[in-house]
Amino acid sequence: MNIIFLLIPLSILLAGCFLGAFIWAVRSGQYEDTCTPSMRLLTDEPKSKHPLKAELDTTKDLL
Amino acid sequence: MLETVSIRTQQSHGEQCFHCGEPVGKARFAYESKAFCCNGCLTVFQLLTENGLEDFYSMSDAAGVRITAPVGDGQFAYLDDGAVRGKLVDYSDDKITRVTFRAPAIHCVACVWLLENLFRLKPGIAEARVRFLQKEVAITFDTGRIKLSEVVALLASLGYEPELKLSDLERKQSSPTSRRLWMQIGFAGFAFGNIMLMSLSSYFGLDAFEAARFKPLFGFISLALVLPVVFYSATDYWKTAWRSVQQRSISLDIPIAVGIAALFAQSVYDVIGGRGDSYFDSLAGLLFFLLSGKLFQQKIFDRLAFDRDYKSFFPLSVTRCDGEREEQCSLSQLRVGDRLVLRHGELIPADARLVGGAAVVDYSFVTGESAPVEKNIGEHLFAGGRQMGGTIEIQTVKEVSQSYLTSLWNQKPFQKEKNGTLETLTNQYSRRFTKVVFGIAIAAGLFWSLSSSAKAINAFTAVLIVACPCALALAAPFALGTAQRLLARRNIYLKNTGVLETLARVDHVVFDKTGTLTASGAGEVRISGVQLTAQEQQWVAALAHDSTHPYATRISETMPGSNATVRSFSETAGCGITGTVSGTRVHMGSRMWLEQNAISVPPNNEAGSHVHVAIGSVYRCTFILTSALRPQTAQMIRRLGHNATLLSGDNEKERGMFAPVFGGAEMRFNQSPHDKLSYITELQANGRTVMMVGDGLNDAGALNQSDVGVAVVENVNAFSPASDVIVSGDVVPRLDKVLQFSKQCVRIVRWSFVVSGLYNVVGLAIAARAELSPVICAVLMPLSSLTVVLFACGAVTVAARNLRENTTADRPLEISADKAVRAPVRIFAEAAQ
Repeated sequence: MNIIFLLIPLSILLAGCFLGAFIWAVRSGQYEDTCTPSMRLLTDEPKSKHPLKAELDTTKDLL
Repeated sequence: MLETVSIRTQQSHGEQCFHCGEPVGKARFAYESKAFCCNGCLTVFQLLTENGLEDFYSMSDAAGVRITAPVGDGQFAYLDDGAVRGKLVDYSDDKITRVTFRAPAIHCVACVWLLENLFRLKPGIAEARVRFLQKEVAITFDTGRIKLSEVVALLASLGYEPELKLSDLERKQSSPTSRRLWMQIGFAGFAFGNIMLMSLSSYFGLDAFEAARFKPLFGFISLALVLPVVFYSATDYWKTAWRSVQQRSISLDIPIAVGIAALFAQSVYDVIGGRGDSYFDSLAGLLFFLLSGKLFQQKIFDRLAFDRDYKSFFPLSVTRCDGEREEQCSLSQLRVGDRLVLRHGELIPADARLVGGAAVVDYSFVTGESAPVEKNIGEHLFAGGRQMGGTIEIQTVKEVSQSYLTSLWNQKPFQKEKNGTLETLTNQYSRRFTKVVFGIAIAAGLFWSLSSSAKAINAFTAVLIVACPCALALAAPFALGTAQRLLARRNIYLKNTGVLETLARVDHVVFDKTGTLTASGAGEVRISGVQLTAQEQQWVAALAHDSTHPYATRISETMPGSNATVRSFSETAGCGITGTVSGTRVHMGSRMWLEQNAISVPPNNEAGSHVHVAIGSVYRCTFILTSALRPQTAQMIRRLGHNATLLSGDNEKERGMFAPVFGGAEMRFNQSPHDKLSYITELQANGRTVMMVGDGLNDAGALNQSDVGVAVVENVNAFSPASDVIVSGDVVPRLDKVLQFSKQCVRIVRWSFVVSGLYNVVGLAIAARAELSPVICAVLMPLSSLTVVLFACGAVTVAARNLRENTTADRPLEISADKAVRAPVRIFAEAAQ
């Protein structure tokens, strides 16, 4: 039964990873609005690029 | 707002606006073979297509929002003022600004898509995120490139004008606490699951075997896991319990906090002393269930938050006239002596003197009098009136906060927060409960102290542990929360669950006639007098179509479409409209106004609202507009019997219409808001619990005074009056069922208390004998919580079935009456049955 001394820390480590993922999800605001993302999923992005982001991208390219 | 809905249902023209889906009238705007109802809609369409956002129209039918008023230059300029801006934005530095607006017009997936692609329409906007349920949009923009006023103007030009109200300025809503609550639940759930894993050996009685070796290890790991639960997840319970101890009041949080403390202390003592199993699993599970119940309640509450603050009726800005220049300024910047310019439909923000223009003021908000009052230059204007007609200039004589209206609302009855006095069911029970539990704990401790001190301590803590009122705390939130959710699905929105408890006690219902019992837009339009020729009908239709007055809208709906053009159109608010069609002068309006224009009108005593028509300055005929009851309303009032009262601001002319419905119940006419208020106070003084059903605007005072104020609106999403309950118009005939349902809900909560009480009796019997073990605790606690939650939610769902339509015993009668009213035949027909 000595294997328990290895398995217990392993299981706690695994559980800790899930807890970490949960904390990240809460911090990034995923639990605050559970309705809009489901609607957002259904719509396509228009073809043209985000003007501000496009600008940023070009400046990156120049650098 | 309200009219647009009724027009949509009543419309008879075939063509619909490509942008907003409203019927396209005579003033048709065509572009690329598509028809638009107004220039505003056309402009938005062009703006979207030019910027590659034409997909908007393929997402849902009539996705657009009708542009009711064009955005004027500098209309929102006051938002760039430092003080106002600072209060509106969430974050701002010299690079970016972040601001959150509530835009009630958000209604479909296309709205979300359009708003989130806002950056394509205006360079300088970095990002926009919509929160659909809250109808909020958070916008981040480049501070240097675009101004706050431009962002608001852009939203308004698309039809999503944000709500900018005085209350927004005074207190910015704090960010939701749900993030913290989620985190607390996460930790509790994490600890709950893992500690159960550690406790498996004791659940299955494996201690006798090899598992005994691991016992100390499992104990210390559990202790480590439970620490964040006790010191982070449970913080709210510690705080509230401490606060109620300080205030010397007993709330349910005290026994919960004591239970948690006893569980923790006993377990730490056992683990460190190596004496056996711990109660850590029960502790983590307890908090997990408690916090989940709290989250459930908060989720429902967040969705339905609306305030009863009178200030939300007031606009945020007014047009101040400074010599030659006009500027927009916020209400809080208004000083005594400022000259203001008020346009058609704008509110008088403070007591003022009329200095220019012809004022026709609608005081229905303050006095309930529906006829507008004419005022001459130099006369005093009270705050809260609405200017109808042309532009006027006024000079304020009092501060905004000192005006008559505010003083009316500052009267004591309005100030009192009703829920403060309302003793909630749970607190009522917990007071007795706590005393009993402490009594039993001390008694058990004393009894066992005679034989063994160890057993005495065990019995004392065990009683506190097992009596922890987890199930009791969950019963009310789950039962009432489910009820609130089910009601919301049926277009009945409660301010909070406390309202349901008050609803259950309601024994008198007061109706305000306007817009509550009668359906807006329904009813009959008749012509009394000479019938019009086809050509004359065309002229009248053309003239009526050019006005937005509800009467004119209803008349034009009954007339054939017309393509005649109206020249020199003019509308005198509260009086009538006139214009020249095909070279003939046509007048439509009130008797007084026609007579002022030297047209004699023959007397007419028929019931209903009259619109007289004169063609070529000679009287031709009268349109009689009657209102009809909502379907099935008469049955509902009969079921209420003598516990219903009708209070109406209108004149006695209406009595004949309502007498057959109300039977012996009381009806009062010509009631001012003050009369309505004192009537309700009188009922309350006689020990009645009063529910007032009004349209939310005219009777705000009485609505507030009543125990439950119900506002009936046609468009639930776009309206937030001062009331406890908001219902959509079609619910009115089922209001008595809502009352029944709330009574059942309260009964269900009481039964849940009994169920949780039974568990407590069993648990206490074991605990008082000093025989409670962690395993018994681990079974008993979650079991009691789950049973109570399932019972509460299940029973409420079953009870809510009665709220559906057509489920009553008097079904045949209802159906026939239903058809009769929808025909639409007037209320007399119903009386004849």
